[in-house]
Amino acid sequence: MSDPNAITAVEAPSLQPAGPRGRRGKSSDKPRSLAGDAWIDLRRNKIFWVSVVLVAVILLMAAWPTLFTSADPRACTLANQHGGATGTAYFGYDFQGCDVFAKTVYGARNSIIVGIMSTLLAGVIGLFFGLAAGYFGGWVDAVLSRGVDIMLGIPFLLGAIVLSNRLVTEKSDGVLAVTLTLGLLTWTSAARVMRSAVIASKNQDYVAAGRMLGATPYRLMARHILPNSIASFIVVLTILLGTNIASEATLSFLGVGLKNDAISWGISISEASPYARVATEPLVWPSIFLAATVLAFIMLGDAIRDAFDPKLR
Amino acid sequence: MFRYIVRRLLQMVLTFFGATFVVFALTFANQDDPLQALAGERPITESQRLALTERYHLNESFLTQYWYYMKGLLTGDLGTSLTGQKISAMLANAWPVTVKLALLAIVIAATIAVTAGVYSAIKRGGLFDNVTLIATLVVLAMPIVVLAPLAQLIFGIKLGWFPPTATRDASLWDLLLPALVLGSLVIATELRVTRTSVVENLRADYVRTARAKGLTRRRVIWVHVLRNSLIPVVTLIGVDLGGLMSGAIVTEKIFNIPGVGFNIARAITTEDGPLVVGFVSVLVIIFLVVNLLVDLLYAALDPRIRYE
Repeated sequence: MSDPNAITAVEAPSLQPAGPRGRRGKSSDKPRSLAGDAWIDLRRNKIFWVSVVLVAVILLMAAWPTLFTSADPRACTLANQHGGATGTAYFGYDFQGCDVFAKTVYGARNSIIVGIMSTLLAGVIGLFFGLAAGYFGGWVDAVLSRGVDIMLGIPFLLGAIVLSNRLVTEKSDGVLAVTLTLGLLTWTSAARVMRSAVIASKNQDYVAAGRMLGATPYRLMARHILPNSIASFIVVLTILLGTNIASEATLSFLGVGLKNDAISWGISISEASPYARVATEPLVWPSIFLAATVLAFIMLGDAIRDAFDPKLR
Repeated sequence: MFRYIVRRLLQMVLTFFGATFVVFALTFANQDDPLQALAGERPITESQRLALTERYHLNESFLTQYWYYMKGLLTGDLGTSLTGQKISAMLANAWPVTVKLALLAIVIAATIAVTAGVYSAIKRGGLFDNVTLIATLVVLAMPIVVLAPLAQLIFGIKLGWFPPTATRDASLWDLLLPALVLGSLVIATELRVTRTSVVENLRADYVRTARAKGLTRRRVIWVHVLRNSLIPVVTLIGVDLGGLMSGAIVTEKIFNIPGVGFNIARAITTEDGPLVVGFVSVLVIIFLVVNLLVDLLYAALDPRIRYE
């Protein structure tokens, strides 16, 4: 995903409310929308471009690992155990004699799949919770907010260990189990942000006008409230994507995440750390890739938030 | 204040039952065959099966089972692990070193975060401020599974500055490197919150008044401003505790510290379900209680909270 796509996701919905204003004033000083302003800010931000490039490379790696390496990450020869770099095995070999570079490149795919799918799941749950609690208020809000409180009463990793342990089956590679675990446990922050954004925008005049014109709650939410509260929600999800990737690695590291034949940075780190005295590269490279991926998504979210935050203007 | 305490206690009771119920349901709901899991590879005779079913209340309804679990939890009876040891005894063995590690981590993190946070707030927009902001971003993004093994590799093994592993009765020096790793989990947020709140307070009227009275800049910042700025940082301790518990599992596993986290990590590997649940339940309760205390402390420090 290159940069225009990353932005349109945020830009498109927010443009709608600005539409009529733009159409009415056809003069030369066309008012800029919030997203337009943000985009101009973002273009000048170096951190934004660094993270966009990093994200693009990682997504490319996840989609077509063969672009980066022609070696098979599962073709391991014990004779190569802890061998140094040779030929295309730039990072040497690990304890099992597997090509560390190939394994690291192929590890991107599971991280990205789990990260994106679990974040989408968390986003959907958070969206419904936040919209319902924020729009209806009253007892709906009270019940839903207590539900969020209960979820927050469980320290994240502890809950994830128990849940993931429960969901993962004997034979599977654990991708589905980890995705469900992370999705079901991490939606609370997204729901809270959505809720407060909805409460802020539901009292605006245009929502009152829509209601007076006889719009149904569904239409009000979908056409008026949602587009105006989605920006901060998407920022939270971008950052969540980064932390979910880190959590997947942590769970895999502990042995309750991906398992069996799955290739994951977390598993690589866990396997390499007892042999750190003998061979450092199998430990260092997956760590660097993992940290860079997480950092890229968090920086991206941070940069977008700064651009959208009017207080910093 | 009294009304606030009552309201907060009622909320806590609800959260407590909700959270323990979720943990219980996740673990024990529709298990395949817990008795076979208990027996491992060996076949179970019918009479053994009956006796065990009776003993673990497996023929009772789900809610009754939850009742027994709660009763055990509240009376300190956490059951026995698959290896036959009493879980409460294992916990009693494990917690001192973990508490030592966590306290050390909290103290280190708070000291660095508050000092650096105040300095970057004073010199807002300067070089130190920008460098710290980028540094906190990097630390924030660094997963503990990356930080812990790399720190052990670089500072423990390659450079040899710190002992790479620790024992049960480890000295503070042995625990320093793991505590630094653990503390880095919370240092970034603490630093950012300190900085923001100091920046806000520097503009406050009372600062101008204090300066006008002729107090030195140093006294105004480190006494008047800091005291007011630390209130939001205090609340972070409660939230951070959850992060520290999670981080301790990885950190103790890597550095071989036989604390609570180490036991959980080992129980996961040996698939010792009762041990994981017993330890996790206790940690959840500690987390809830500490958060309650922190909220009450916050209300005592900042009267505005009570009337929210």
